[in-house]
Formats: sequence, C-alpha cells, structure tokens
Amino acid sequence: MSDSLLLSESLSGLLPGAIVLSSLLPGLFIFLVREESHRLRSILNLFGAILKLVLVGVLIWGVYLGQVYESRLTIAPGLELVLHADALSVLFVTLSTVLWLITTVYAIGYLEHSPNRSRFFGFFSLCVSATVGVALAGNLLTFVIFYEILTLATYPLVAHRGTPDATRGAKIYLAYTLTGGVSLLIGAVWLRTLTGPVDFVAGGVLSGMPTSLHGQLIGIFALLLAGLGVKAALVPLHGWLPQSMVAPAPVSSLLHAVAVVKAGAFGIIRVVYDVYGVTFADSLGLLSVLAALASLTIIYGSYQALRQDGLKKRLAYSTVSQVAYIALGASILGPVATVGGLVHLVHQGIMKITLFFCAGNYAETLGVHQVSEMDGVGKRMPWTTLAFSIGALGMIGIPPIAGFISKWYIGLGAVQAGQQWVLLVLAASTLLNAGYFLPILYRAWFRPPPADWPKEHVFGGRFETMGALLWPPIITAALCLIAGLLAAAPFSPLEWAELIAQREYGL
Amino acid sequence: MSAELLAFAVAVPLLGAMLAVVTVTRQGSETRASPLLNWVGLITATLTTLVIIFMTGAVWQQGPLRLELGGWGVPLGIALRADGLSAAMLAMANLVALGTSLYATGYFRSNDEALHFWPLWLLLWAALNGLFLAADLFNLYVMLELLGLAAAALGALTGSRDAVSANLRYLLVGLLGSMTYLLGVALLYTAYGTMDMSLLADVMRAPGPTDGTALVLMTAGLALKAALFPLHFWLPPAHANAPAPVSAALSALVVKAAFYLILRLWLELFAPVATFGASMVLGLLGASAVVWGSWRALRAERLKLLAAYSTVAQIGYLFLFFPLLAATPPGPAHDQLVAAVVLMALTHGFAKAGLFLAAGLVQQQAGHDRINELGGTAQHLPATVFAIALAGSSLIGLPPSGSFISKWLLMQGALETGQWWIIPVAASGTLLAAAYIFRVLSRAFGLEPTPLRFVTDARTEVPALTLALISAAALGLAAGPLWTLLGLDAGGGA
Repeated sequence: MSDSLLLSESLSGLLPGAIVLSSLLPGLFIFLVREESHRLRSILNLFGAILKLVLVGVLIWGVYLGQVYESRLTIAPGLELVLHADALSVLFVTLSTVLWLITTVYAIGYLEHSPNRSRFFGFFSLCVSATVGVALAGNLLTFVIFYEILTLATYPLVAHRGTPDATRGAKIYLAYTLTGGVSLLIGAVWLRTLTGPVDFVAGGVLSGMPTSLHGQLIGIFALLLAGLGVKAALVPLHGWLPQSMVAPAPVSSLLHAVAVVKAGAFGIIRVVYDVYGVTFADSLGLLSVLAALASLTIIYGSYQALRQDGLKKRLAYSTVSQVAYIALGASILGPVATVGGLVHLVHQGIMKITLFFCAGNYAETLGVHQVSEMDGVGKRMPWTTLAFSIGALGMIGIPPIAGFISKWYIGLGAVQAGQQWVLLVLAASTLLNAGYFLPILYRAWFRPPPADWPKEHVFGGRFETMGALLWPPIITAALCLIAGLLAAAPFSPLEWAELIAQREYGL
Repeated sequence: MSAELLAFAVAVPLLGAMLAVVTVTRQGSETRASPLLNWVGLITATLTTLVIIFMTGAVWQQGPLRLELGGWGVPLGIALRADGLSAAMLAMANLVALGTSLYATGYFRSNDEALHFWPLWLLLWAALNGLFLAADLFNLYVMLELLGLAAAALGALTGSRDAVSANLRYLLVGLLGSMTYLLGVALLYTAYGTMDMSLLADVMRAPGPTDGTALVLMTAGLALKAALFPLHFWLPPAHANAPAPVSAALSALVVKAAFYLILRLWLELFAPVATFGASMVLGLLGASAVVWGSWRALRAERLKLLAAYSTVAQIGYLFLFFPLLAATPPGPAHDQLVAAVVLMALTHGFAKAGLFLAAGLVQQQAGHDRINELGGTAQHLPATVFAIALAGSSLIGLPPSGSFISKWLLMQGALETGQWWIIPVAASGTLLAAAYIFRVLSRAFGLEPTPLRFVTDARTEVPALTLALISAAALGLAAGPLWTLLGLDAGGGA
C-alpha cells in the first residue's frame, strides 16, 4: 500500500516534466531527420502530439481531484526550476496541447512539398514545449526561462519562408519580444531581491509587503507588464503582430492562438492573480491601469482591423483586440469578470485558430489573400467558409458560439463591480467586430464568384481542398459551437474557469 | 597519489609537444608531417583531459590538492596546487581544448599548417594547465610568458601579412603585460621575501604603499593580457586572423587565463588592499567594454571579427562583478557572486570556442567570412548554424544558458548592493548581443535549396556543436555542482 503510494507520488513529480519533454524530445529528433523522410517525420510529430494529449488527460483528472503535481530541478543554490500544475496552468496546457495536435495535422498538409520541413517541425515542437513550460511554470524564474525560449523558438518559424518580407517580419518580431524579455527579466530579478524566490500561489504572495515597498512594487509591475504586454500585443506594444503575419498559416495559428500571444496574456493573469493577488493589485491602483490599456487596445485593434484589406492582416489586428479581452477580464475585481477573462483565453484560441486555418485554405486552394478577392468563396469552398463564419460570428459575440459566453461574463462582472463603462467598450467593440467580419461573410456567401480565382490549386479527391487542410478548421469550428452550447457541462472551459476563479478568490 | 595528477597535467601535453616535433620527417630540404602526427596530437589531448577529469574528481571529493615538486618545500621549491576555482577553470579549458583538437584533425588540410600547429598547440596547453595550477607568483609569470609566446606563434600560423603583423603586435603587448606584472611581483618579493600565494595572503594584512603599487602594476599587466577595455586594441585583429581552432583557443582560454589570475589575486591576495574605488575602476572599464565591444561587433563586416569583438564585450561582463564583490561582505551573497562570475567565465569559454569553430567551418566552405554574403553557405550547414545559434544564445545570455544564470545573479547583486547603473549596462549588452548574433543567424533563413541532412562533416561539426550545447544548456540547467566544487555555501543568497 505504502509502496504504491510512494510510486504514485514520484510519478506525480515526473508528470509536468514529462509533458514538456513529450514534445521537446521528438522535436530534437526531427532536426536530425533527413529532409525526404516524410513519413518518419510525421510519425514523430504525431507521436509527440498524441502522447502529450494523453499525459495532459491524466493531469486534468488529477488536478480536478486536488492532486499536486510538481517537478523541481535545482539549477543553483537559491534558483529552482519548478513545474507545478494548478488549475490555471491546466487550462492553458490543455488549450495548447489540443490545438497543437490539430495544428500539426494541418501543418503536415500545408507544408507538403515545401522546403526545409525538418527545420520547421523541429522548431514547431520546441515552440510548443516552451509554451507548455510557460503554462506549468511554478515560479517567476521558470516562467521567464520558458518565456524567453519561446521567443527564440518562434523566430525561425516566422522567418521560415526566407523571403525578404519574412526576414523583415522576423527581425521586427525579435526586436519587440527580446526588448520585452529584458524588461520582464529586470522586473523578475528586482522582485526577487525584495521577496526571495517568487512562487506562484493562488491569491498572490505580495499582500503582506510593508507599505514602504509599495512604490517599488508598482515599478516592478510596470516592468513585468511591459515585458508581458509585448507578447500579449497590448497597444502600444503590438507592432510586431501584424508584421509577422508573413509567416505560413500554421505559424500564424501558433502565434495567435496556441502559443505566443497566449503566453503574454497568461503571464498577465499569473502576475495579477498569483504574484500580486487581485485585491492587492487593486489596492495599488494597478488594475485600473491595466483595464485602461486593455480597453484602448480593444478599440484600437478593432478600428485597425476595419481598415485592412489583407485577410491575414485583418485577422491579426482582430487578435490584438480580442486578446485584450483577457486582460480586461483579469483587470476587473470580482470572480465573474475573472471567469470571463479566463474562459476567453480558450475561446479566443479556438475561434482565432479556425479563422487562420480558413485563411490558409483560401490562400492555398484559391490564391485568395485579400478580402476584396473573397467574392463567392462560399460556393467554391462551402465547408471552409462555414467554419470561417462560425469563427467570425463567435468573435462578434453572437450566441450560442463561444465568444458570446466570454463577453457575457465580462460584462456581467463589470456591472457587479460597478464599472459600467466597460459595457460601452464591449458595445463599441462588438459593433466594430461586426463591421469588419460581416462584410467578409456577405461577400463570401452572397456575391457571385469570379470567373477565375487568382491562383487555383485543384487537389482532386472528394473535398473542396486537401483533407488535412479541411478537417482542422471544421473540428475547431465544432469546438467553438460545443464550448458555447455546452458551457455548463462538466469539464467545459467555462466550468474550469469557474474552478480557477473560486480558488483565486478563496471562495 | 592524486596530488601527482597535478604534475601530469603539465607534463603530458609537454611530452606530447616534444613527440609531435619528433614525428617530423625530412625529405631533402622539405620537412613533412608524418601520418602519425594527428594521432600523437589526439592521444595527448585525450590523456591530458583524462588527467584533468580525475583531478577535478579528486578536488571534488578531497578538497584542494597541493604538490611540492622535487620535494622542496616553500619558500624554495616550485609548488602546484588545485583548488575548486582552478579545477573548474581547468575542466573547462581542457574540454574546450579536447574539442578543438578533434576539430583541428579535420580542419587543417595543408600539411604545413598541421605540422606547426600540433607542437605549438600542445605547448600552449601545457602552459595553460601550468598557469591554472601554479601556486606562486613567479611560477605564474613563467607560465604566462610561455602562454603568450605559444599563442602569438599559433596566431600567425597562416603566415598571411595581416596575421603576422597582428600577432607581432600581440606578442609585444603580451610582453609588456607580463613585464608590468613581473614588476609588481618584484615589489612584493622585496617587501615580504616570498612569492607563494598562500604565504603572501597570510602576511599581507595592512594596506601600505607597496601593496597598492603592486596591485596596480599586476592588475594593469594582466588587464592588458585579458584585453580589458581600453587595452583591448590588440585582440580583434589577432583573434580574427588566426586559423579557427587557434582563434577558439585564444578567445576562449588564453584571455580567460589572464582574467582568472586577476580574480584569484583580488579574491585571495589583495582582498585587504583593494578599495571599493579600485574595484569600481575595473567595473566601469568592464561596463565600457560591454557597450563598446558589443557595438563594434554589431558593426563588424566579417564573422570572425564579430566574434573577436564579442570577446571584448564578454570580458567586460566579468569585470562588472568586481564592484559587487567589493561591496558584498563575506557570506552567502558573496559566494553567490563568486560562483556567478566563474560560471560566466566557464560559459563564455565553451560558447566562444563553439562560435569560433563554427565560424571557421562557414569560412572554409564559403572561402570568406563576409557576413553579408554568407547566406547560401550558412543555409547549407544546418549543424554549424545550430552551433552558432546555441553559442550565440549563451553570449546573449538567453536561458537556459549558464550566462543567463550568471546575469540573473549579477543583476540581483547589483540591486542588493544598490549599484543600479549595472542594470542598464547588462540590458543594453544583452540587446546589442542579440542584434549582432541574429545579424548572422538571419542569413541562414533564405531561399536557398534545402540541405539534405543535418550534419555534413561530423569530425568538425560535432565538436563545435557539443561545446556550444554545453554552454547553452548543460551549464545553465546544472550549475549547482559548481557551487560544491568551489566549496561555497550552498544555502543561496536570498
């Protein structure tokens, strides 16, 4: 009996590490795979993705039951690498693991016959390993380490195409994220000199600090927020995101939905809730700054999206705006708004990845890159366009799609917290969202298709495009519907977000 | 028994150097290397490294080792000693040297270069080991001189006009440096009648004018050899024009040896003498080196020149620790800083060697090393570019490299002792380093055809990749043993 208890204890110490390694090790092998060994590379990719999914399944069940999963590695005296799974990390880990599997399938189809695939998939795996590390980080040092590795692993993906545009986009990406990384690092070191190792604890760890240090804590928050805000694309630190849409479609999905901007938004939640503590952050006046920044970003991003003709560029600005909802939800004091922000972490991910998959399909199948070229695509590619429509309507916030749930909770939470002005932001943003998505849907479904598509590519087979490209957006679009319709079911993102909020507020 | 290892650490490479000379055969007026030459070199390299590994293990288990050569005790005889600090530096230096030797067997295509390379290289190795093990100041001087001579000769190996003139300058500067150092030693010897470091440390208590002058002279001489800004002028041309394995050794090991001596003298000998102001001078020079070296690296047109200027910058980082060490009283926080500076020196040793070895491959493949024209070549050598990327990420200080951990502790120490000015220096150094490294890396993402396999030439690429990997991952994730080896308080400086 005690033996099996010991065994399960040591296993629970290994699980978070195993989840990170399950994509890291296959990724390292992929670099060594010869370019033409298509099959071996795909097997390694899918093996890693599925293994990770299984491990995450075990993790979800354990965390739900209150089991503690923690892997520790002492780097040097006083500096520890800690991987710790709490409810919040599980939310992010699950999101990126599920979407990674789907994106891998999509990427295998998308990159067929294109050069440098071993390099691509190697970095792709490193990227998701770093994301999972960010999600599972149990202290600030570990978070910073994985956050920086994520920056580094994403660079080759953005630069992948090798065109002058791609090189330029990657350079801009790097300039923004590394500068942000330095700011985050300074903030983290500074905080550590004040408090010792900064572990993430639900409810925060700083509320007991003496008043004389409050000034420094505000300065540190500014540094941390500047570092995290770059990846989360908060205005005015968002400049890299529209530039890096030159990357291939699977990378855009990774940047916008699975990994990069999510790591930033997740970090903001971590800092506000598990380092400062939401009540303490409010008493320092930090929440209102964050709320103002988030609102500005929501409106500005939507406005810019309205002005873009390039489909991916429009989607990129839409991400700028939508990710700020997460920060907005996090910055309103009260569990209901928190739930709204947290659940949007997942909802934005599944909706945006759907949209990017579809944009990739239009580009690969028809050569359509601009909104103005999208007349009648619904007739040529009905399934893709259906998925696109679900994602777009969800972004606007039409029930019963997932996006509606997020907006509802954020609005409700704002009213409960007595911050009615948030409703104005939500209303304005919804109008703008409708303004940039509905014309696309109108063109796609109701305008007649042109005689010739810009660059049509006939794949043969039964479907409107290659199967590996078609199924991923259909599955994610279905997830958007399910997350909205079954929001009250056990283990839905909403239920899980409520679990987190309860633990954060100690309810 | 294990104390005898100290003698072997110097004797084995010395013997190897002699053997390498003996293998030369003469045909008429022409000297030719025997096919055995590479094997003599490699076997010596392996044996020396094994000796050092056993020695490090012995220091790990038993603490410091000491050997009186010929049974003559202090103050008359020559003594060797290995404590944690020297063991750590030796382990790094010998692993780097082993990797470099392996690489050299694949790198030198011409008979002539290999012929002269091996004897000089093994001589340099012996001098390096001797320097890290020397227990008295005069012995140190001898080793320092020997190191300088071997290094300058190796640097001029290509025989090109640039290489010869740069290394002649290197030789003269090195002589000036060691003479200045010797002057300081002479002052101490007249004052105290001994040159054994541990004896001197016992008697040097009250700071007087002699001690102060000796400190200034010895530090200045060594700073010249360590290429501390503004005494770095000789380094970039000398390091950039040498053959790749030599550049790696010069940048990774030889300047590090001079730095090691400064660190050792300041920690052990001059601790009572050195004022905070003096350490501040070193710190400020270090800061200037970080900014100036990184800036010049960013502007460099050639890959190896970039790497050489990056060495100037990285040496600067090491000197940033001095004002922090001076401002921190002995205790866990002080230990933390000592370990951090050693960790940074070790990481830089591995990283810079990896970078130079990889740069040499790119240069060999392309026939030049002009960064703007490297695109196609870089893309054809995935493993080499990977080595550059890993080494580069340690130079930038990105996690999980060893220098990330050091930089974290550096900034922590700066904040704890209220020396805020170090933060912007470290931050700008990081960003500039990122800019110059990615200036190279971005060339590898072009439209050239896909390479078919990851590794092209295992004998040269694997050593470069391994050294870079040690710096970028192993040292960062498993830095803990360094604290144990240095015999420092493992409690951490929270």
